[in-house]
Amino acid sequence: MPRRRLERIIVCIKQVPKAQELQVDPVTQTLKRVGVPSEINPPDANALEMALQLKDRHGAELVVLSMGPTSFDESLERSVAMGADRAVLLTDRILGGSDTVPTAYALSETIQKIGGYSLLLCGEETTDASTGHVGPGIAGHLDLPQLTYISEIRIEGDTVRARRTAEDGTEWWQTTMPCLGTVNFGCNRPREPTLTGKIRVKRGGVVTHWSCADVGIDPRKVGLLNSPTIVAKVDTVRLPPRAGKIFDGDAREAVRQLLSALRDDGVIRA
Amino acid sequence: MTDARALEDKSHFRGVWVFLEHRKQGLRDVSIQLIGESRRLADLRDTTLTGVLPGHGVDGLARDAIGFGMDRVIVVDDPILEIYRSRPYAQVMAQLIRRHKPEIVLYGASKNGRDLGGRLHAILETGLAADCVKFDIDADGNLDMIRPSFGGKSLAHILCKKHRPQMASVRRNVFVAPRRDPSRTGEVVRETVELTPGDEDVSLVEFREFTNEPGRRPDDAEIVVSGGFGLGDSKNFAMLQELAELLGGAVAASRKAVDSGWVPKMLQVGQTGMTVRPKVYIAIGISGAVQHLAGMQESERIVVINLDAKAPLFEIADYGIVGDLFEVVPEMIRQLKSLKAGESGPLTEVPAAAR
Repeated sequence: MPRRRLERIIVCIKQVPKAQELQVDPVTQTLKRVGVPSEINPPDANALEMALQLKDRHGAELVVLSMGPTSFDESLERSVAMGADRAVLLTDRILGGSDTVPTAYALSETIQKIGGYSLLLCGEETTDASTGHVGPGIAGHLDLPQLTYISEIRIEGDTVRARRTAEDGTEWWQTTMPCLGTVNFGCNRPREPTLTGKIRVKRGGVVTHWSCADVGIDPRKVGLLNSPTIVAKVDTVRLPPRAGKIFDGDAREAVRQLLSALRDDGVIRA
Repeated sequence: MTDARALEDKSHFRGVWVFLEHRKQGLRDVSIQLIGESRRLADLRDTTLTGVLPGHGVDGLARDAIGFGMDRVIVVDDPILEIYRSRPYAQVMAQLIRRHKPEIVLYGASKNGRDLGGRLHAILETGLAADCVKFDIDADGNLDMIRPSFGGKSLAHILCKKHRPQMASVRRNVFVAPRRDPSRTGEVVRETVELTPGDEDVSLVEFREFTNEPGRRPDDAEIVVSGGFGLGDSKNFAMLQELAELLGGAVAASRKAVDSGWVPKMLQVGQTGMTVRPKVYIAIGISGAVQHLAGMQESERIVVINLDAKAPLFEIADYGIVGDLFEVVPEMIRQLKSLKAGESGPLTEVPAAAR
């Protein structure tokens, strides 16, 4: 159904370990994940901010959607405190271990159940899995026009114009709603939760939990066993050792030694 | 797997395919780089290598791709396909894949490649591994798709055992472009795919090309001078620009510098930015989050300049200077300038006593 105006925006978010807090264990060379605080996947926070700005301008309803364990309520509640109208969490044990194919399918079904959407927004990728496949996957499932890597959006009637950053230039694309956009990481500054928003969250009832049965998701199409890809094994990367030569002395002497070392290595000509 | 989803017995799927991305009447370099690696995979699987080239008036590019190592190029020519658009390109790929049943389909992990792969893998309901850095064939003949996991400190081996085709994307500059042999022969096949005007569901209303903005692209440069949060201000990047120009390199930045609005996103190195592997990467005022390492740890030489001796990036440095970048960088500029002056002729500096 074509939408004549912006009525409902659905923003898909994921909760991820806080990127800045991640450190590598010097002994095992793996990432320390235990006790790392969570955050809204940063590109998704940019998508949410873009949606909030559209809501400010056009007065649309803003629904935030996620899929994951109930600990994800934290990010959904934060989204409402920032200004979203309500949130939906698709949460079900059978979804565990889903790769991007079941994830895009399950989110698409949930979006259909929410219904009435004019615009879907996702972040360009997540900072934990960093595939960028779920947004376009949803557009594929729902057969919607898609515009990826956008950093600005303008809406007039049923027409959407968006600025996309490609490798070699800036593109302005036009399409009609309903459509899906994936939003460039860092294209805006996500706002802080407001006091009224926090009060709304505190009153409760802002996040609706749905199971796969609630949505009508086929259990044979989700979860680890129904995901096309598996992680067969993970190798730790031992980076080749490097010289680690620190040049001491005053700036003048240190720079002289540095430039001469680089010249001796044949990597600079100067 | 439910019967509706599995395309059919996977043994019917043969051949390695590469999506050939192009612009301005040239193949994208990421596509050319992919041809070399996919040639190796096709030979390992003892099968043919096919390029898929949707476009308009692209026969010359098909011949180029054969020169780079393709056995066959399928050209789908339609005015709708003149520029990349998600829906018609996904239609072409989905219909051709259903028609010919390749076992492997590879894409460049460019913006368009990821846009296409993401849409397509949901339509075909098959596996897609993003940003692979290495491939292998396992004992059962599956494609072992190897990609960095979170931050690049480990490598995950992804398998797609039951579904076909097995799909993966590869970032630019991961594989080396093969040499083109103009005498190499292959087959150019023109195929038609059902497209309707409705498939043109997005239109490009404006395109502004990045034209040689000051400096070169960091992922094309042999020397990269990269600035981080320690720079403190956008205007301090002018100093890095000057240093980069003296070295014949390009300026890049960390995510924190980009987030602070000092430099455009297109200069960002790291997990959500670009991957570079220059001869020298000079990290200035960058502490070195794992996500940054993912974008530069393959550099031939890594130089770290930071006031904080405990900055994690020092751990992977070849050379380091623990010091104030606002002293060290101007000193580098000064010394490079005087070296340059020395190159162009005898030193003209006259000792004070002789004046």
